[in-house]
Amino acid sequence: MSGAASFGRPRFFVPSFFILFTPAKASEVMENIEALREEVLAEVEKAGDLAALEDIRISALGKKGRITGLMKNLGKMDPDQRREFGQALNAVKDQVASAIDMRKSDLENAALEARLSGERIDVTLPSRPSETEGRIHPISQTIDEIISIFGEMGFALAEGPDIEDDFHNFTALNIPPEHPAREMQDTFYLPEAEDGSRLVLRTHTSPVQIRTMQSQTPPIRIVAPGRTYRSDSDMTHTPMFHQLEGLVIDEKTHMGHLKGCLLEFVKTYFELDDVPVRYRPSFFPFTEPSAEMDIGCSRKGGELKIGAGDDWLEILGCGMVHPRVLAACGLDPEKYQGFAFGMGIERIAMLKYGIPDLRTFFDTDLRWLKHYGFVPLDVPNMVRG
Amino acid sequence: MKFTFEWLKQHLDTDAPVEQITEKLTAIGLEIESFEDRSAALADIRVAYIEEAGQHPDADRLKLCKVNTGEKMIQVVCGAPNARTGIKVALAQPGAIIPIDGSKLKAGKIRGVESQGMMCSTRELCLGEDHDGIIELPADAEIGAPVAGVLGADDPIIEINLTPNRPDCTSVRGIARDLAAAGMGTLRDDPYQQPVAGSFDSPVSVTIADDVLADGAAPAFYGRYIRGVKNGESPDWLKARLEAIGLRPISILVDITNLATFDLGRPLHVFDADKLKGNLDVRYARDGETLQALNEKEYSLTSDMVVIADQAAAQSIGGIMGGELTGCENDTVNVFVECALFDPIVTAKTGRKLQINSDARYRFERGVDPQSVIWGIEVATRLITELCGGEASHVVRAGEVPAPKNSFDLRIDRIAELGGVAVEQNRAAEILTALGFEVTAKEGVLGTIAPTWRPDIVGEADLVEEVLRIVGYDQIPTVPVERETSLPVPAISPMQKRVGLARRVLASRGMYETITWSFADSRLAKEFADLKPGLFVANPISSDLDVMRPNALMNLVSAAGRNQKRGFPDLALFELGPEFFGDQPGDQRLVAAGLRAGATTNRSWTGSRRDIDVFDVKADAEALIEALGVPAGNIQVNAEGAPSWYHPGRSAALQLGPKNVLGYFGELHPRILKALDVKGRVVAFELFVENLPMPKKKGTNRPPLNASAFQSVERDFAFLLDDTVSAEQVVKAARSADKGLITDVTIFDLYAGKGIEEGKKSLAFSITLQPTKQTLTDEEIDAVCKKVIAAVEKATGGALRG
Repeated sequence: MSGAASFGRPRFFVPSFFILFTPAKASEVMENIEALREEVLAEVEKAGDLAALEDIRISALGKKGRITGLMKNLGKMDPDQRREFGQALNAVKDQVASAIDMRKSDLENAALEARLSGERIDVTLPSRPSETEGRIHPISQTIDEIISIFGEMGFALAEGPDIEDDFHNFTALNIPPEHPAREMQDTFYLPEAEDGSRLVLRTHTSPVQIRTMQSQTPPIRIVAPGRTYRSDSDMTHTPMFHQLEGLVIDEKTHMGHLKGCLLEFVKTYFELDDVPVRYRPSFFPFTEPSAEMDIGCSRKGGELKIGAGDDWLEILGCGMVHPRVLAACGLDPEKYQGFAFGMGIERIAMLKYGIPDLRTFFDTDLRWLKHYGFVPLDVPNMVRG
Repeated sequence: MKFTFEWLKQHLDTDAPVEQITEKLTAIGLEIESFEDRSAALADIRVAYIEEAGQHPDADRLKLCKVNTGEKMIQVVCGAPNARTGIKVALAQPGAIIPIDGSKLKAGKIRGVESQGMMCSTRELCLGEDHDGIIELPADAEIGAPVAGVLGADDPIIEINLTPNRPDCTSVRGIARDLAAAGMGTLRDDPYQQPVAGSFDSPVSVTIADDVLADGAAPAFYGRYIRGVKNGESPDWLKARLEAIGLRPISILVDITNLATFDLGRPLHVFDADKLKGNLDVRYARDGETLQALNEKEYSLTSDMVVIADQAAAQSIGGIMGGELTGCENDTVNVFVECALFDPIVTAKTGRKLQINSDARYRFERGVDPQSVIWGIEVATRLITELCGGEASHVVRAGEVPAPKNSFDLRIDRIAELGGVAVEQNRAAEILTALGFEVTAKEGVLGTIAPTWRPDIVGEADLVEEVLRIVGYDQIPTVPVERETSLPVPAISPMQKRVGLARRVLASRGMYETITWSFADSRLAKEFADLKPGLFVANPISSDLDVMRPNALMNLVSAAGRNQKRGFPDLALFELGPEFFGDQPGDQRLVAAGLRAGATTNRSWTGSRRDIDVFDVKADAEALIEALGVPAGNIQVNAEGAPSWYHPGRSAALQLGPKNVLGYFGELHPRILKALDVKGRVVAFELFVENLPMPKKKGTNRPPLNASAFQSVERDFAFLLDDTVSAEQVVKAARSADKGLITDVTIFDLYAGKGIEEGKKSLAFSITLQPTKQTLTDEEIDAVCKKVIAAVEKATGGALRG
């Protein structure tokens, strides 16, 4: 191990080996042991690297080492001397061994530090680009939020087709044949069939009310979100948009329940402890009495703030299901009653998330999707708070 | 519907302040659309008096006026030609806000002479268009008083957003009636509705054609000849009213018809009788018949439109607009007043066809009170004879004025049952009576007959609403929704849950959800399907959105092109939406469509960026299938199964068995990309979410976990194969060598090129052997390896590479 090229290593002095061969006085022997101890400890202290330290260990404690050599001589001594010198030598041996261990650990630490300090990298470099950063569209997220709120109130999700017939989209909803909503300028029609009938792209999600009442027996509690279509395209209208319809039918639900249900909804949806609410009498062909629901807001400084203030913001339309609608679905209006409501998903998404422009929802601009989209793990539920 | 507060008070005797009135209007369903208090804007403008108007020393056109403000004398430089000594003017002093532009007036020098104020024109005060001179106020106006009061501009303008069910509130009187019922005062009598005696027989007679009568298109027509009238400019009060609601005063005779329309909801028409040829007949128009209307446009009529015609031609479009040729002018002397009833539907259809939005149409298509034919002719006669003089004939009549008696019972308990708030029978009766209903009280029931001006009342629920809206919806106590069960039932079905999961799985794979039109451009859509005629939109919003999309991917591809043009070529987009395969309700399927283009990530110093390829979307599709509960190992990849919009050699159908196609993936065909204006390579997938079978077993149990205690062993192989051999063949063959022991076959290298002969490829894979009973010995492992080699060689004709 003591390589020939070892430079600057301590030299080992032969004379100390011969000390014990001379029948010298005990005190001299002890002095020599002491001198050897100090000599080796000093060498250990000075060892500059692990290799030098190993050389020292071998020269002191190795098979032919200085301390080992002395130990070997003990056998030739008389028992008294052997005990005396043996104890002293063992003490020196332990001391040297532990000094070497300590020095070794110091040198190892220093060597590790030195290596690590050479491994420095620029941690200000940008992160490794992630491939997994997709987003959920605000419409989907808003629908999921609404469903989670109404789901907690016992509403089930219902669905219906985008292409509807006249009965489900209009007639059953008490919209008479001559109603202006049926005009080509408002409603998208498919080509006229041979029998003169025309299918429509549903103008609202209300036909799902009809389909539900036709196929289920009360009690009914549903919400029905979906795509809806109207022949309109300008700053605040798109030919396709989304609505959500709600329907409760049983034998005793009245307008007080309607107020309670919708109050709970707006408070939860807008994450407000309290919010002023106003119901205005209004008109829809399929409800009677009908109302529009406003919530309190402030528009001070051109900034819309929901929840408090001296102004009102229209949120949705609602009312008690019209007796004619119940009858059209085969339900006895004398026995069954309930409420319905409808809201525009884009509108309430815009209000909650501060999205300024309706048309951008369908523009598929990657920047918009990144900015207004939701991380996939943000799944709305009522525990979330 | 617009009116002013003072106008309202002509019908409503009330002390309520305007704020209270507007609040109540909204509360009873007549929502305030706008409220404009002009006096606030005019607050700084005061009456002043020009003591002396002299000449500006340095400008010929300017005058230098000494003006008395009531507090002091100031000097004002003015350029108006009518500025002169001794008139009262509307003065703004320094600091005043000028309504026209909201600016604050400053004192200044004009042509070197100090001017301490400004005398305003009508336009500067936003009270009209006149800017030819300054306003001259009445001589008795009090100096120093706000001009708003002097000009009659202190009257707030109210506009309500009227729901289509309330034709009665297209009149100020109808609104006043609703307010009176709501406790905001009392409805005044309208003395103008009293009959006026005629003194001679009308030289013009009226008839209604039989078919018009039979169809109910115009049930009644009353008329009256008034001779010797003097037309001219309307009195100030009438002009002010019309101007306040944005109507331009024209002449007394015309202004009276506008007044009746807005004041009473009774549209009228006044013919210049001297321009009429013979008697008037209400008939259907002849196809192609033309009429020059009062708006100076010529209309071509059709035979479903009702007109009022003299012996020569149609002179008025029934319920919509009168004709130019027989209209009143300033020199009109003899008039014939028309007061008729037109059917709402016929009027609406005609109006829409001709695209005329008139105040008359607005009312007739909602339903004018039929009884107004009787009193309307009297109101018109009174107003005309009062303001224009003249002598009225007897009334001439055709048809019969309908007197509908819509009677319904209101069970008093229904108010609480439907409305959630109990209202006492007396109170309900009081409300309905105030609204004009005839009410008969019985035990727990109110018998009612709806007033003729309320065609919207068709049942008991309407009566409940009438009572409730007057009582106030705010009086209904809010009741929490009762929960049917202590924990809600699941809101969504398993399929709905699956759709939600699909959305979040794709997003978590780095894809961006989009929502694109359900419409498509038929010129592009025909690349994806034979377009059924029934799926074309009869009235598309634009030619590039003219058909219901037969494919859910195509709009996404267009979206990729748009994003490329915006400078974003690296894309991962998806949509969960319908595609339409038939034109009947329900002929639509839900598709999860996704595409990737460009590179995986942004450019990065880490070197992690790479171009996307087919195997990215294959992974997307497989991950989605797995997430939806179908083991990906069960899926067959049918390389021949993808439709024509995919690259024929780089695409496949994903199938469960020969018939159930779950979807497709692949590189899109360059022809499609070119048609949809997209550059570069685009890979995509479509998955028919509803085609994936629902797991048969209900419940939440998972199969038991078999985690072997013995170490698994991997062995690698490389084969030289014909290029046509598929990876699937190799994997299947290797697996079949020992189905019990081989748990996985993984292809880890594919090479063709230098060192490999043409038409061949090198495919390397590893197998995982998983013993379950004891650790495998070398001999056992060797035996399996030999079987693998034999199986692969047999199946593929390839050879193990040395």
